[in-house]
Amino acid sequence: MPCVNPDGKPTDSGINMLRAVQSGKQTADDIAVATGMPMYRVRSGLRELVDAGFLLRGDDDVVSLSDQGEALV
Amino acid sequence: MEEETAQFTGMPRLGDPVPDMEVQTTHGTLRLSDFKGSWLVIFSHPADFTPVCTTEFMAFAQIHPGLKKRGVELLGLSVDSLTSHIAWVRNIEEKTGVKIDFPIIADLNKEVATRFGMVHPGQSKTETVRCVFIIDPNQVFRLMLYYPLSTGRNMDEILRVIDALQMTDANKVATPANWRPGDMVIVPPPQTQEAAEERLKQGYECVDWYFCKKKV
Repeated sequence: MPCVNPDGKPTDSGINMLRAVQSGKQTADDIAVATGMPMYRVRSGLRELVDAGFLLRGDDDVVSLSDQGEALV
Repeated sequence: MEEETAQFTGMPRLGDPVPDMEVQTTHGTLRLSDFKGSWLVIFSHPADFTPVCTTEFMAFAQIHPGLKKRGVELLGLSVDSLTSHIAWVRNIEEKTGVKIDFPIIADLNKEVATRFGMVHPGQSKTETVRCVFIIDPNQVFRLMLYYPLSTGRNMDEILRVIDALQMTDANKVATPANWRPGDMVIVPPPQTQEAAEERLKQGYECVDWYFCKKKV
């Protein structure tokens, strides 16, 4: 259950996380609460979504949507 | 021969920090540090599609909700491939109705098994034995259990020791033999003569000054 498929598109879990970020959740803790996903899944999912270019990671591990991520949600 | 022996000698010890490793699992690529902040049970099994392991996976799935209530995540491991793990958990669900919803590490190159001392050559040179590592939220090894290939694990004991560890951490006490939640706990022995005198006046249930119990 990764957050990004081999074809580079986000999975349902990935989309849920992107939507949580769009709604203003910026930290792994907040995203875990918003999505109901366990923290380990959120942490690994954030890495994948950042690596795939859907999220940007700023200072203090705060994340935000990239243009590419914004276009999906 | 020496090299072969050497690769099996990496045994973690209680109190050691857990090495941070990136692992391939049925839930994607994870790092062990992704579990920081939660208790974690990492357990190994010898092989997919084997009967004892299947009963254990069903049993782990059954205690998974209870583990979550205790703030504990579950992570399986064997030296099988991801494809094998996926096929096996699908088979378990199809044949028994039990859904395996925790991740399983595919440790084909035995990297994790070697670092965690899960291969015991006296049992098998190729398969992992039935290890249970209980890791605390600070990613420290707190308890280890090892079972041979022939003996399935006892889930009640795993829950019991987690309850005991969490009780002792929260209350700075120890737990006696066969302790279960609700039983009395052991007050740490006093470290000074004065404390030993005072101990007997504190309303604990004491056998002697060094052996006192209390309710929590």
